[in-house]
Amino acid sequence: MLINDSAKLAIAALSSQRMRSFLTALGIAVGIASVVLLTSIGEGIHKFVLSEFTQFGTNLIAVSPGKTTTAGMSGAIISNVRPLSIDDALALGRSPKILGVVPFVQGNAPVEFGKRSRRTYVFGVGFQVPNVWQMKVAIGRFLPDDDPRTARAFAVLGSTVKDELFGSLNPLGRRIRIGGERYRVIGVMESKGQMLGFDLDDAVYIPTDRALGMFDRESLMEIDLLYAAGSSLDEIVKRVKALLIDRHGAEDFTITTQEQMLDVLGSVLNILTLAVSALGGISLLVGGVGILTIMTISVNERRAEIGLLRAIGAGRGQILSIFIGEAVVLASIGGLAGLMIGGGGAWLLGAFVPALPTHTPWLYVVLAEFLAALIGLLAGVLPAHRAANLDPIEALRAE
Amino acid sequence: MIHLTDIERKFLVGDETVRALNNVNITVHQGEYVAIMGPSGSGKSTLLNIIGLLDRPNKGVYSLSDLDTTELTDDQQASVRRHKIGFVFQFFHLVPRLTSAENVELPMILAGVDPAERKSRVQAALSSLGLSNRTKHRPDQLSGGQRQRVAIARATIMQPDIILADEPTGNLDRTSGIEVIQILEDLHTKGITLIMVTHDPDLGKRASRRVQLVDGKISRDTGDS
Ligand SMILES: Nc1ncnc2c1ncn2[C@@H]1O[C@H](COP(=O)(O)OP(=O)(O)OP(=O)(O)O)[C@@H](O)[C@H]1O
Ligand SMILES: [Mg+2]
Repeated sequence: MLINDSAKLAIAALSSQRMRSFLTALGIAVGIASVVLLTSIGEGIHKFVLSEFTQFGTNLIAVSPGKTTTAGMSGAIISNVRPLSIDDALALGRSPKILGVVPFVQGNAPVEFGKRSRRTYVFGVGFQVPNVWQMKVAIGRFLPDDDPRTARAFAVLGSTVKDELFGSLNPLGRRIRIGGERYRVIGVMESKGQMLGFDLDDAVYIPTDRALGMFDRESLMEIDLLYAAGSSLDEIVKRVKALLIDRHGAEDFTITTQEQMLDVLGSVLNILTLAVSALGGISLLVGGVGILTIMTISVNERRAEIGLLRAIGAGRGQILSIFIGEAVVLASIGGLAGLMIGGGGAWLLGAFVPALPTHTPWLYVVLAEFLAALIGLLAGVLPAHRAANLDPIEALRAE
Repeated sequence: MIHLTDIERKFLVGDETVRALNNVNITVHQGEYVAIMGPSGSGKSTLLNIIGLLDRPNKGVYSLSDLDTTELTDDQQASVRRHKIGFVFQFFHLVPRLTSAENVELPMILAGVDPAERKSRVQAALSSLGLSNRTKHRPDQLSGGQRQRVAIARATIMQPDIILADEPTGNLDRTSGIEVIQILEDLHTKGITLIMVTHDPDLGKRASRRVQLVDGKISRDTGDS
């Protein structure tokens, strides 16, 4: 029997029972649609979160004070921990393969211009922020390469702060007060938008040691390092660690690489996607049971036909493939419909609810269709086996 | 060509065994026209099914064209049915959702005949039986006689050596019954071996050989040579 003919026979049989076939295929369609839709949402969130986290670049190493052990944060509360200093940052910045360094502190302070005032984040940073964090300056320039210990009182504004304080006014060269101290605006950053609900533009950037003074802190919260792409991360981490241990006398700091973070994040997100698509898989299972039921009924109803087919020369194998073929065609049609519903739904969702990102990978689409066909196959095997093993005489008498 | 020796077929009904065929010996040569007759339950259909390889005897030897059929696998038997044997049933057994043409095409589909060749063979078969304007009709749109003619077209489309007909006129009125018998007899004159089960003595008389079954045994055989 030719494969073409099997498909035609299957379609003829299925279309002779339109309502029944439609409902059965619908079961699979709903299953596939929910798998595709939920996977799309899961993948969309995955991609979205990863892109949020990589927007500051991927070749990043963060050094923070205190040592995180498996027992939890222990070093951070021990008083003999030597805090991270600007000198530590400068030393790290000079080591090979390190392209940039940002000594970082953060706090909250009111920013005033004339009568306008806004409480916002204040980031104490170095001049290499545009490089290390991959941020662009919209107008003016970023903080200059001053001696970090005697840096001038310059400030760069995030775009939200600029809008709030200056509106359409040109802020360059203006004097503002940050936490009561006087600063001169020398630049405005390009908008970075939101990240996980944070307005990244609601911030001002000032030199690190001025921020330390403003917040009355002794030490840095973090040192961010940008390393050269293509160099061995392990070696760089080893060197950074050795250098700091040398300066501090002990390992009282924690090194986190962006790569580690992305790995952990990626696997968490993968589990999320998997869990969510498994949820869709349950409805797919129900669809499969629907096919099993309908095929069993169909075999029972068509016993006379099976007997006849045997009489005109069909072997057991052919009967088997005829009924499995029907189940597979039924499931595949349902699967295709489900792909369209699920893919279309994901697209609509992405279009109308931009906050909920969706992404439908083609590989998943193909896999889902194969899955549908496989479910048809599995659901078809049992009834088809029954059909093939019917005694032709008995089958012929069934009318 | 058909050679049955000591054939026995038993059925287990509850805990009682029914001997549908009991020590049946018969030889049918190529091109014969045999009517199998006998009272209801005498084993006529069972005999026909065994000859048609739809059923296996519990005992005895059945050789078809010098081939011991009891040694054939299920698939080999299916292949013999496909190429050598055509069945015609009392209840026509057309697939209700398929058109006349598709029903006739079915054995060729199972045999994997080339689609282009199938179409022309179906047309030829149906028009030779006066059904050229009924090719797209489904069985429920045909009269009984027309249905049986479609069934005969299907039984002969693979050009078998043997036609086995189990009361082919049992569900037809007199006129269409005679029509169907004439078609079958035409096939016989072209060389096909025709074995027909019938209750009707008049039809039985038309055959060149009559075999009478009683209680699973051959009680009379006019042509056994
Ligand atoms: N599948 C079966 N299971 C049990 N008994 C059967 C089966 N098939 C046939 N028989 C029995 O075998 C005997 C012969 O049956 P068969 O159908 O061959 O008779 P028949 O001569 O064709 O009768 P009819 O003229 O009524 O068609 C009957 O007693 C019947 O009950
Ligand atoms: Mg009978």
